[in-house]
Amino acid sequence: MGDITIRVCMGTGGLAAGSSEVLREFSSRLSSRGVRAGVVKKCVNKTGCRGFCAKDVLVDVIRNGIRTTYQFITPEKVSRIVDDHVIGGAPVDEWLVGPEYHAFHEKQTKILLKQCGEIDPEDIDAYIGVGGYEGLKKALSLSPFEVREEVKASGLRGRGGAGFHTGLKWELCSMSPDKVRYIICNADEGDPGAFMDRAVLEGNPHSVLEGMIIGGYAIRAHEGFIYVRAEYPLAIQRLEIAIEQAERGAFLGKDIVRSGYDFAISIKKGAGAFVCGEETALIASIEGKRGMPRSKPPFPVNRGLWNRPTVVNNVETLATVPQIMTRGAAWFSSIGTDKSKGTKIFALTGKIKNTGLIEVPLGMPLREIVYDIGGGCGRNRKLKAVQTGGPSGGCIPASHIDMPVDYESLGDIGSMMGSGGMVVMEDTTCMVDMAKFFLSFTRNESCGKCLPCRVGNMRLYEVLERITGGKGRAGDIDFLVDLAEDIKISSLCGLGQTAPNPVLSTIRFFRDEYEAHIHEGICPARVCKAFRRYVVSDTLCTMCGKCFRECPSRAIAWEKKQKAFIDVKKCTKCGMCYDACQFRAIL
Amino acid sequence: MAQRKIKIKINGVETVCEKGDSILTAAQRVGVPIPTLCHDDRLEPYGGCRLCSVEVKHIHRLLPACTTPVKPGMEVITESATITRIRKRLVSLMLSNHPNDCMHCEKAGECRLQDLAYEFGVDGSEYGGERWDLPIREANPFITYEPNKCVTCGRCIRICSEVVMAGTIDWVGKGFYTLPDTAFRRPRSLSNCEFCGQCVSTCPTGALTDKKGRGKGRVNEMQRVRTTCGYCGTGCTLYLNVKGGTVVKVTSAFDGPVNQGNLCIKGRYGYDFIHSAERIRAPLIRKGDGFHEATWDEALDLVAKNFRKVIKKHGNKSVGAFSSSRCTNEENFLLAKFVRTVFRSNNVDNCARV
Repeated sequence: MGDITIRVCMGTGGLAAGSSEVLREFSSRLSSRGVRAGVVKKCVNKTGCRGFCAKDVLVDVIRNGIRTTYQFITPEKVSRIVDDHVIGGAPVDEWLVGPEYHAFHEKQTKILLKQCGEIDPEDIDAYIGVGGYEGLKKALSLSPFEVREEVKASGLRGRGGAGFHTGLKWELCSMSPDKVRYIICNADEGDPGAFMDRAVLEGNPHSVLEGMIIGGYAIRAHEGFIYVRAEYPLAIQRLEIAIEQAERGAFLGKDIVRSGYDFAISIKKGAGAFVCGEETALIASIEGKRGMPRSKPPFPVNRGLWNRPTVVNNVETLATVPQIMTRGAAWFSSIGTDKSKGTKIFALTGKIKNTGLIEVPLGMPLREIVYDIGGGCGRNRKLKAVQTGGPSGGCIPASHIDMPVDYESLGDIGSMMGSGGMVVMEDTTCMVDMAKFFLSFTRNESCGKCLPCRVGNMRLYEVLERITGGKGRAGDIDFLVDLAEDIKISSLCGLGQTAPNPVLSTIRFFRDEYEAHIHEGICPARVCKAFRRYVVSDTLCTMCGKCFRECPSRAIAWEKKQKAFIDVKKCTKCGMCYDACQFRAIL
Repeated sequence: MAQRKIKIKINGVETVCEKGDSILTAAQRVGVPIPTLCHDDRLEPYGGCRLCSVEVKHIHRLLPACTTPVKPGMEVITESATITRIRKRLVSLMLSNHPNDCMHCEKAGECRLQDLAYEFGVDGSEYGGERWDLPIREANPFITYEPNKCVTCGRCIRICSEVVMAGTIDWVGKGFYTLPDTAFRRPRSLSNCEFCGQCVSTCPTGALTDKKGRGKGRVNEMQRVRTTCGYCGTGCTLYLNVKGGTVVKVTSAFDGPVNQGNLCIKGRYGYDFIHSAERIRAPLIRKGDGFHEATWDEALDLVAKNFRKVIKKHGNKSVGAFSSSRCTNEENFLLAKFVRTVFRSNNVDNCARV
């Protein structure tokens, strides 16, 4: 029968879909059939295929070196796969993944995500087997200065948002006269819809540890902290396992791989505040204080954790470092653009066919990401804009679809790289409502320390609420722009300085939508409920009665073969009928 | 220490300052005014209110003068159209979540927010959004907390942890609803509050006020009498706030050489005895079981007679004096002098070092 390996997706998505049961069923079914096969926990974990995690549980059957991938696997389906495919050699065609699974991966350049989903994240030997900890060995054979120079030469920039040069940050920190230094891995991924750090931590935790040890060595630190949010229990669990294994394997602790270098890593769990992703707030949180940022300068590289020089790097940044050490700065800098090197993971979400995590070289045109990898908007709808950079970013209108995605281009258009969120919006998205949504997030997550962010963003939000509520006034748009600009230049930390971005960029590119809300009393995307009339269109109604059944206030009259009628007096404008109607017959 | 001096330019004028100075310190030293709100000389710089924002050449956003350290060659601008616009905006935003009830506010006349509103000519009415509507907190026997008047500058929190080291209050809530409060919002009397009133002394608005002084008079009616606290040997400077011959409140003298405005519960709130009806106003002489009021002459004659008797019988070394740290230095000096020259004894001490 030859060599057989079965890989079951055990990522967060897989686990939620019942992959534990599938894994158990495979083990028992195979042993009862007397088949010797390796059953591996596969951490696909949305890695590059969130759309397919929607089709979880995903199972790979590797038989004689040929991989076959199944989707939607439940414990009941296991016996047939074992009998027909594993023993009989004939794959069960109707459960195989479709062509979109393969198309999705072709355009990507996977460096960080390459091993996620391929190796067992809870097994250090699997990581070593694919070249893991080679970068560390190489780094330790060099001087810290040489390591910093290598990373500088690679052009690697921080993947957490601001895009500061990693090698330069290390150099600034190592220039400090203080001999006690720290390195912190920022795994407080807080942007709504972003899960790239989580994927790396859950899928390949050793790569992050290795990057941290190299970083620690480069700045001559002997202690590192991973600040990870408590909402990522699987990531924490796998990190704990990885740290323990690395300590046993002499990659952590005293005298790492007999180089004489000591380094220890501890995990600090965050309590869920978005602002703790800001480095000074994160440091305050590790110190046991309330997570509130402080003004920079002085920067953490000079005065960070417990007033010692500290480097704070993002998960993705650190996971990239071992690859740079192994393959060389020249290799890394050959990927990407002039100023933005390497690849970046994006969380592609929103109104797009193939949602998921994608890793692409920086500088890839937005069009390729949206259409070639993402498969375009669903149901033949028209692309309207792409929001990048999470709640602090801005939107890129469809007219700029050919722009390259890199740090500079995104900054020029009023958006930012951020942690790599990418929300695709089509013509059913109201841009005012979208700006309001993001602002409601940042407004709630403001730490309250500085006034412009705490009160200013609240006031911005209130004006947006007024506009979407049908009570917009002439002059509101200019009021928003002025206030937003003032908040940007006077706020203390990155949260306040970027929170008004969604408002400013939607006004810049979709001012007409704001004007339509205020002056014409309509929401062009038909999203804002205040503008809906809730009457049934005579021409569009198909007499199906769905709205009648959905209405919680019994405001809709309907009988078989009769058009529905909404009683305005009873209607509470809840919108249930509108959402239920498949024919958009409710106006 | 020549290398510790740094040259910077403030509004185009070259200024020499110390390494480690903030822009604010440097500007204050040469008399360039920069408005502040969350700053208190007793506390670590905070950078929360952003009012002290200034422009620094080659930096695109504004920097808070209070937290930004000076750097050689730095060029600072403290007044510009942008800076004024931002300061107006900030004060206006503050007022947009403030009751603006100055006419019956305890703090009127010495309120930092009121001064700023006057200086920048704004009232925050252009926003018209949500305002806090929180109940007044009266559980603390000495301090009244009106959260609605709080501008969340954090000075009370910082003085409680940095100076008093009590940590009774900290930030509670997030975003717009962030405000200082006790742990689990419990009444202050149930927390570890020391009732020192330091938070009141630093509060720039009427959010924290002295309960005992409330309604007893406005700032312009008070006569401020600078004096030394009589409770212990530290000798803190304080102001008695006197209205119509009655002490109604004690406030901090921030230039006090010993205490820089810091006071404890006794100095700030222990002034009831001044006008107490139970206060002893004449010497009392014990006769039999009870005390009887006497004149000073009678009393002093009796004391002198008895001291003489003791000295005659047991010698000079048998008497001495122990003076109180509640007395002033001058009084203590006089007592020592008296014991040495009149008693001819060296038995003299004071409780201040205990």
